[in-house]
Amino acid sequence: MESFFSRYKNALVLIVVLLAQVIGVAIQVRRPLPKEHAQPDAGGVRLIRYWAISLVSPPERFVHWLGASILGVWDNYIDLIHVRQQNKDLQAELQRLRIEQGGIVEDARQGQRLQQLLAFKEKYVYQTLPAQIIGTSGTEQSRIFSINKGAKEGVGVDMPVITPNGIVGRIREVFPHTSQVLEITDPTSGAGVILANTRIRGILRGNALGQPQVVNIMPDDRIKAGEPVITSGGDQIFPRGLAVGVVDRVVNDPEHDPLVDVLIRPAANLSQLEEVLVITNMGDQLTPKQKLDMMQSEAAANAEQLKASEILAERLPSRIDPDAPKDDAGTDDSNAEGEGIARPMRPPAALHPDRFTPNTTPSAASLTPGARLAPQSEGSGSATASASRPHAVVPSTSPANTAASNVTDASLAAPKKKGPELVPDDGSRPPATMLIKPAPGATATGTAVSSTHAPMATMPAASNHVAPLTVSGSANASNRTGNTPTGNAAVNPRPATPNAESGAPAEVKTRVIVDGPLPSGAKKTTQSATTPGQQMQKLPSAQTGQRKGPELVPDDGSRPPPTMLLKPKTQQTNPAQQPQGGRR
Amino acid sequence: MNRFSAAARRDLEVQPYPLIVFVLAPLLALGLQSFVSLHFPRFDILDLPLLVTIYFAITRRNPVTGTVAGAIIGIAQDALTRQPLGIFGICKSIIGYLAASLGVRIDTENHGTRAMLIFGFVFLHSGMYWLLVRRLLAQPYAWSWLHEFIRSLINLVVGVILFALLDLAKSKEY
Repeated sequence: MESFFSRYKNALVLIVVLLAQVIGVAIQVRRPLPKEHAQPDAGGVRLIRYWAISLVSPPERFVHWLGASILGVWDNYIDLIHVRQQNKDLQAELQRLRIEQGGIVEDARQGQRLQQLLAFKEKYVYQTLPAQIIGTSGTEQSRIFSINKGAKEGVGVDMPVITPNGIVGRIREVFPHTSQVLEITDPTSGAGVILANTRIRGILRGNALGQPQVVNIMPDDRIKAGEPVITSGGDQIFPRGLAVGVVDRVVNDPEHDPLVDVLIRPAANLSQLEEVLVITNMGDQLTPKQKLDMMQSEAAANAEQLKASEILAERLPSRIDPDAPKDDAGTDDSNAEGEGIARPMRPPAALHPDRFTPNTTPSAASLTPGARLAPQSEGSGSATASASRPHAVVPSTSPANTAASNVTDASLAAPKKKGPELVPDDGSRPPATMLIKPAPGATATGTAVSSTHAPMATMPAASNHVAPLTVSGSANASNRTGNTPTGNAAVNPRPATPNAESGAPAEVKTRVIVDGPLPSGAKKTTQSATTPGQQMQKLPSAQTGQRKGPELVPDDGSRPPPTMLLKPKTQQTNPAQQPQGGRR
Repeated sequence: MNRFSAAARRDLEVQPYPLIVFVLAPLLALGLQSFVSLHFPRFDILDLPLLVTIYFAITRRNPVTGTVAGAIIGIAQDALTRQPLGIFGICKSIIGYLAASLGVRIDTENHGTRAMLIFGFVFLHSGMYWLLVRRLLAQPYAWSWLHEFIRSLINLVVGVILFALLDLAKSKEY
């Protein structure tokens, strides 16, 4: 046995050495990479690397220092030709850049504010550490180099390394005063990138020849040479938007047949690197100064926004008029129903006022069928809304207007009668609680507005002013009458006449569309002495369920809120009284 | 011609070198390889640690020493790269063993012999490296016969000059 070992000593030593290294390689390859620590090497392996780096780095640092010193002497004391002219040029350029910087900084702040509003977690490059390259791996296969900054200077694993031209790589190993940087051209590297024009995302890594490429891309004819490539930020290492390079060409991926690889020409000159920047802080934390700037700019923006909103609110009819009288004051207040009720705009005054258009609306001749002079309010009005509120107007030139007014008066004056049915003009069937019976007299006298089988609408109106109501049938009925040729939604809104008693302006609040069959026993009644608003407010209780008051339906077809619904007592107790007709 | 035969060279003594040369030469090779490649990217086609391994193996004529020296230099070279420790170590261990074994049998002081040895060992080193990286680690590696041929030729030229320079460091007492 002894002679065997002595005879094959050399081969045995070789086998043992090879076996030990193969086992070591297997252990290193098998070891999973911890995510939180991101240390590519285990402790023992890292120690060996540390020893090797410690042996190689000092001479490299010395040689680098020597070379830098010689170059410094040359640059600072000898090669100073044209320095004065260069200084002048640089001063001029500095002035120009300062001017440009003002606008750029403002844009950047605005962009940060907007992204913060969108809760977009953008990583910004806030702190970089310049470092000098002191060595490389020395092999063609490992695209890795060493820099003269390490853990003592704040360098950490996986920190991105860039140049002003573009990204370079990331920190792979960190030692006290030295770090290893894995270039983007290495096959084991990876970076999330995006093609700037086509917005195609991909993974950047080096190929076997040391050229970066975006791998496994679906073939796309839009990818052209020269297209810029930037980082996407998806790798959680590189900040978004840094330059990577430009597209060189597209080649087929031999291992993944339908896919292609996009070869990239790096923006940074990776073969001639001397100095790089290590991004040591790119979190979303801001420095105190940046926070102060951000707060100031946000405060200014908020002030501007508030001012703009106030100006806008004054112009828009969606605000409650605080000066308007209350409903409980017995006035016709269109703002009584709380928030959300739009106050209509004033229509243009009539050019030639007459008894039909008493200086509140233009003459019918100037009206365009289907056009709106004032916006219709969308309503959350309840049954307590004043009678003058629902007043899409029947064209005043029609003789039927008078009849409609009479009908209205009659319906209002008949406390025992059922009012017309209110139907949203979008064709939807109104809820049961909205339905009211039409006034008996409406059928007989309202023929000018709608035919006998057509829906008839009556609304309470005071006798001392022109009918402040909207009478509209369905599209067919309206077209037949010729008053609203554009259909059911095309009732020309006619503002109500101001209430003579209260003096409050009668304004369009809600468009009321009346529909439904008319009971045969409708009779014209005398007008009540109450004001229209009071009349409507008394409907649920005072009429003891014999009559359903008109309900207000928003003209957008939406279901009115519960507060808007008028529920006569008889409706629940006597379902048979519900109108049978609907919108036709 | 008999100088190239194994029988004629077998009895040659092991050429002695100062210990400092054994320590500094590999370190210098590693440092130069790392530093010069920084400023001259094409310098990485050279493999100075491999040349130093071959030189000490064929001059020491001890397979064990060549194997261990190749393993140490290779692992140190691995430490400068991103690959697992041992890839270059395995390759250079085998090269050191073979070079030392051949150094016992042939005359290694002839420049022609050195040139042929360097050419063959560099080519073999590339082949073993490709085998380990491509097959063992399953990492991409572009193999090009032309590139490897040129690489071997360049290392041949540089190796012959380097060996001549290292010969100057021999101990004078022998």
